Amino acid sequence: MNRYPLWKYLLVMVVIIFGFIYTLPNFYGESPAVQILPLRANLKADHALLQRVDQAIRAANLGAEGVVLDSTSVKVRFNSTDTQLKAKDILQSQLGDDYMVAVNLVSRSPQWLTAMNAQPMYLGLDLRGGVHLLLQIDMSSALEKAVEAASGDMRSVLRERNIAYSGVSREGREVTVRFRDEEMRNKALAEFRQRFGNFNFIDKNAGNEIVLLATIRPEEEKRIQESAVQQNLVTLRNRVNELGVAEPIIQQQGVDRIVVQLPGVLDTAHAKDIIGRTATLEVRLVDDEHSFSEGSPVPFGTEMFKDRDGTALLVKKNVLLTGERIQDAQPGFDNRTNEPAVHINLDGAGTRKFKEATRENVGKRMAILLFERGKGEVITAPVIREEIGGGRVQISGQMDTKEANDISLLLRAGALAAPMEIIEERTVGPSLGADNITRGFQSTQIGFAAIAIFMIAYYLMFGMVSVLALGSNLLLLVALLSMLQATLTLPGMAGIALTLGMAIDANVLINERIREELRNGITPQAAIHAGYENAFRTILDSNITTLIAGIALFMFGSGAVRGFAVVLCLGILTSMFSAVLISRALVNLIYGRKPRLTKISIG
Amino acid sequence: MEFFKIKRDIPFMSYGKYTTTISLVTFILAVFFIATKGLNFGVDFTGGTVMEVHYSQAADPGRVREQLAGIGLNDVLVQNFGSSHDVLIQVSLKQNVVGANLSEMILAQLRQQDASVEMRRVEFVGPQVGKDLVENGALALLIVSMGIACYLWLRFEWKFGLAAVIANLHDVVIILGFFAFFQWDFSLTVLAALLAVLGYSVNESVVVFDRIRENFRKMRKTGVAEIIDNAITRTMSRTIITHFSTQLVVTAMLFLGGETLHYFALALTIGILFSIYSSVLVASPLLMLMGVSREDFIKTEKVAEEVMP
Repeated sequence: MNRYPLWKYLLVMVVIIFGFIYTLPNFYGESPAVQILPLRANLKADHALLQRVDQAIRAANLGAEGVVLDSTSVKVRFNSTDTQLKAKDILQSQLGDDYMVAVNLVSRSPQWLTAMNAQPMYLGLDLRGGVHLLLQIDMSSALEKAVEAASGDMRSVLRERNIAYSGVSREGREVTVRFRDEEMRNKALAEFRQRFGNFNFIDKNAGNEIVLLATIRPEEEKRIQESAVQQNLVTLRNRVNELGVAEPIIQQQGVDRIVVQLPGVLDTAHAKDIIGRTATLEVRLVDDEHSFSEGSPVPFGTEMFKDRDGTALLVKKNVLLTGERIQDAQPGFDNRTNEPAVHINLDGAGTRKFKEATRENVGKRMAILLFERGKGEVITAPVIREEIGGGRVQISGQMDTKEANDISLLLRAGALAAPMEIIEERTVGPSLGADNITRGFQSTQIGFAAIAIFMIAYYLMFGMVSVLALGSNLLLLVALLSMLQATLTLPGMAGIALTLGMAIDANVLINERIREELRNGITPQAAIHAGYENAFRTILDSNITTLIAGIALFMFGSGAVRGFAVVLCLGILTSMFSAVLISRALVNLIYGRKPRLTKISIG
Repeated sequence: MEFFKIKRDIPFMSYGKYTTTISLVTFILAVFFIATKGLNFGVDFTGGTVMEVHYSQAADPGRVREQLAGIGLNDVLVQNFGSSHDVLIQVSLKQNVVGANLSEMILAQLRQQDASVEMRRVEFVGPQVGKDLVENGALALLIVSMGIACYLWLRFEWKFGLAAVIANLHDVVIILGFFAFFQWDFSLTVLAALLAVLGYSVNESVVVFDRIRENFRKMRKTGVAEIIDNAITRTMSRTIITHFSTQLVVTAMLFLGGETLHYFALALTIGILFSIYSSVLVASPLLMLMGVSREDFIKTEKVAEEVMP
């Protein structure tokens, strides 16, 4: 009765082998490394780059441990942090601004493991050191800005259509337009309904005032909020690239928050400075009259800028328009040709200036420049086809939908990034991170050893089996965490230790049950069988209740606590497998073949 | 080796009066301390700035305090942390007028006197975040309790679900009582420990309940109190051994895990001790009180029999 079919033994073996392989990378440790990432779309991480990097390192006699190419970057491993930092400076100066050279930690595990996608566990910031920032986007100011702009537009429309009004004012997110008579108001209402589809209009007579109230529609409010988050995400990504951080995490959290995690960064002042900086946008004319070559002095009154692909452009110094005049930029399609296009809305003052500028410069090119940290970059440089009035500008031609998307995001990012505030910071220095790893590792080690000694002393052979099952539980848990690349935090390490302490419960239940059945006087074989069968139901129930707690923790916890929840949930799954299946397989192997078993070693 | 060779069932249920009194008294004491002393909420919940800095020589908190007063921070908590080289600085939100940049200001000030000051850790939590964390924590506690009650209701009977949840919330309140009495730092990790205790100590009740159900089916002629006594006595050995094993690991964490894990392990230790007590001496008497009976299970068995051909 205590025999497993062959497939069950095979299953256990295969699972343990898998567990071993995926746990293996954790033993090799990590080396300080330099990671080179191309920053421009037309540059790729390829063999040419690999060779350039390799030659540069050889020339400087730095002695790299290994140079590897992966899908997005080239990574060079070193044996010390000193050489790593030296290499970073050398590579950055040789490769120039087109590449990001970031310091990183890279697994020392051999190629064949990496090829199997076996990686060490992904350590959280509290273990590897780094900065965690939570930013809150000021949505109400973004909304107010949009309403303010609309109120300006309403004024222009009234003026344009010669509709007499006595005042336009904004309070919070509501625009009030006052009229002298109802006829004018009705005229305005008809006009507004056509032009401002994103607003709700209510006519109201308060006392002797004839008033039109405009409020922003909920859908539009939602769209503005979403695009504010999107544009801030893009801006942050661009800025973090400058910091030279490998594997930064920049994610939306909730409706109006953004998480930024920068592993390895310690200069928090610099990081915060760059993240909090505002970029500016400028529209200028392109100088196509003068020819020029790179490196030669530029003609008077012009400047040279590069676009995102690295092509140089000569641009006049005179600024036509600044980014504050751009209210919104959205990707879309040209009405006539159906080509991908970017639609830009300008505010009242911007509209007037733009109308003048385009009237005088039909046929010429204008450049839209993004300035960050005093360095300008050409986002796009379209030809002016005609005079553009009304504040609605369309840029089209020679772009695909993705580019249209990127350009509109960049335009918005430069122009109307809603202000952000840091509402949470957690910085852990690398020395504390290393200490945390040692502490977590030591607690697990000693806790495991203590349990092992106790179990073997108390349950003898069955204790040995329990300890082996517990060991395989640890192996599977670490393998699973490595495979899923779940973030391991210090509370997560506590979770591993705790899981071990809790997982032994299942084995204690089984062993106690077997002892009890033996006391009732049945044969050892039957006792083993009954012990496992009867204990299983209890094990299931108690694990499910813990799983409920784990899932709730995952749902409501944040950061480090979530790391604990992940480990707890995964640990329950692996402990069910190891305590029930693996320990049973071992017991069956040891005792299952003996038909006349009279005594078992269970203490 | 065997620690528990108990020949006769221990009449736990007849102690019901005493145990209920004991748990009632501890519970009331815990609530009293929570109400009067309150929890010493950490920065996670109250908001504020915490910094841990490392000096190459032994550091004097008094000097650090003076230096900070120099930049207008008068009411700052400064203490040695872990060793004489490490200093913990805590600034409340009220004192902090510059927001997230305070830590850089402090570090710059400290480096004026000793350039070797190394920043180990900074935590800044704004007021919005703290509020969210409290709300989410309370919500998690509620959901875990309800989830467990529902699961036990489905698996056993509503009386079991209710008894287990009351017993375990009793544990949670007592842990909170300890944290209030000793004014230990109540952080986010302690909250996580609390929820883990909730899930963990329910195990206890489940194991006992499982036995009670089994006994109701096997021991047809026995009274309810005897059935519960038997279930507790039979599972006692397992209860003690399991908790002892878990406590081995938690003890390792308590002493070796460093400051961050210390209070986490402390909460778990109290939780483990009280969950032994509460599952045996709170959940089961409650079950009796609610009038659990054989019919609760026979009914369901009848339904099952009818389905069979």
